[in-house]
This record gives sequence, structure tokens and C-alpha cells, in this order.
Amino acid sequence: MNIPYTVEARPDTGLSNGKLGIWLFLASEVMLFGALFSTYIILRTGSTTWPHGELSVWLGMANTFILIGSSVTMVMAWASLKLNDWGKHRLYLILTFVLAGIFLVNKYFEYADHFARGETPAHNTFLAIYYTLTGLHGLHILGGMIVMAYLIGPGAGLWKRNPGQFTNRIEFTGLYWHFVDLVWIFLFPVLYLL
Amino acid sequence: MHSDSSDIRKSVRKYFMIGAVLYAFTVITVAANQVQLALPFAVTVALIIAVSKGSMVASVFMHLSHEKRWVYGALLLTVAFFLVLMAVPIFTTMDTIGTPIVREAPAGGGHEGH
Repeated sequence: MNIPYTVEARPDTGLSNGKLGIWLFLASEVMLFGALFSTYIILRTGSTTWPHGELSVWLGMANTFILIGSSVTMVMAWASLKLNDWGKHRLYLILTFVLAGIFLVNKYFEYADHFARGETPAHNTFLAIYYTLTGLHGLHILGGMIVMAYLIGPGAGLWKRNPGQFTNRIEFTGLYWHFVDLVWIFLFPVLYLL
Repeated sequence: MHSDSSDIRKSVRKYFMIGAVLYAFTVITVAANQVQLALPFAVTVALIIAVSKGSMVASVFMHLSHEKRWVYGALLLTVAFFLVLMAVPIFTTMDTIGTPIVREAPAGGGHEGH
């Protein structure tokens, strides 16, 4: 049995199933991260002192550059498919995966450095919310990488069988990835700069 | 919505330009942080830059500038609930729960005359 509207748009919404589905999922993700940002506001306004300068701004900036670059390569992976250029699509998607991996490696070294100095989540309130926010964000990066690995690997066969559906899957993955980048765009100044 | 290859080709240049602008805004964010501003002003500047960057990602990379009404509707609902979520910290300062109530001891024995 074929699931309808995986490629063509529904006549009532004008959207394919996956497009509406991913936007509804992202709406739930906004509430998830919004709750944590709200927690940050409560914790910070309720504290008499708040640490400053505990995080490496340059490493945070480098990670911001990496994620922005990965957003560009992700949208280019989709655009290449729309232009029927399979080779460029593969290049851009693999590049996005690699950039995501570099982000996580940087995060690992950053966490390891903090832990080596005894700066664990229990050390103070700032570090508790820092690890919570960036840890959850890091898990989202990992989730995105798993999806990308599937679309680079076994999932790539769908391009030959149903190119429209495969292009849509790349678009939906891109929407998720841009959201993850968007969260970091707010996380970086809030945690590293303010 | 992108429907033919000429539209996509025009968009490709835009994607790279927006990427460059996002990099520039990131540098501006860090540079602005080097200036010692009062916290409320620093927060305002940081949020303005972050919202600008986020808007570019949402409108160009996520194609939100030309999406269908159902997506806008879902996001409008989300924004409304998100604003409520952000406003919750304000409610925590509007009550006296947890604040000890200090009552002054009355002055020794005297009643005020009528």
C-alpha cells in the first residue's frame, strides 16, 4: 500500500505529509528549547552573582561558524537535487555531516577541559544550565547526523526509485538542521557572551 | 516555492550570500561583546543580532518567506505559546510566596485617641 501525499501536496493544506509533519515537530522543539531558555532566565534573574568568562568565546565562535557553514551546505545539498546534480548533492551532504562531526568533537574537548578543572554541572548554577542546554543541543546534532548517515548510506537508493520523495526527505532533514543551527545562534550569545 | 531550475539557480547565489552575512553578524556579535555595555543594553544588542540572524536562516534557508498558510498558522500558534513561556519568569516575581512577612511589634500599650 502506498502512503499518499509523500511527494505531491495535499489538496486541502497544499503541503506534503512530511512538510507539515516536520514543521509541527519543529514547533514542539521550539517549546522544548523555549522551556530551557525560560529556565535560564529564571535562574539568572534569581541569582545575586552570575559567572562571566568561564567559557571560551573563540571556541564558541568557531562552532558558530561551523554550524552556519553546515546550514549552507545542507541547503545546497537540497538545491543540487532540485537541479538534478547527484554528485554535488553527495558532496554537500557529506560535507554537512563532516561539519556536524567537527562541532561535536569541539564540544567534546570543551566539556573535557571543563571536567578536568572540576567544572561539572554540580559546580554552580551557570554550569548546570550550560551543560543542560548545550548537551540537549548536542544530542540534536547527533540525531541529525544519524539521519544524514542514513540518507548518505542505505537511504540513498530512494533517489533512483522515487527522486521526488528522496528530495523531500532531504528538504525535511534540512529544515530540522536549520532549526538546530537557529538554536545555537541564540545559545552562543546567551551562554558565551552575556 | 521553488518549482523550476532557474529559480533554484538564482537561490544558490542567495544561499551563499546569506551565509556570508551570517558570518559577518557573528563577528559583529563577538565585537559588540568586547564593548563593556550595561547588562540590559548588552542583552538587547545581543538579542537584536541573534533575531536578525535567526530571521535570515528561517526565511531563506528554511524557505519560510514563501510557505503555505498551514505552516504559518502552526508557527503563529507556537510563537504565542512561546511568548507565554518566556513571560512565566515575570509571574514568579509578582507574588509574595516564599517572602517572609515582617510585622512590626505594636508600640507599648497605647491606643490612639479618637
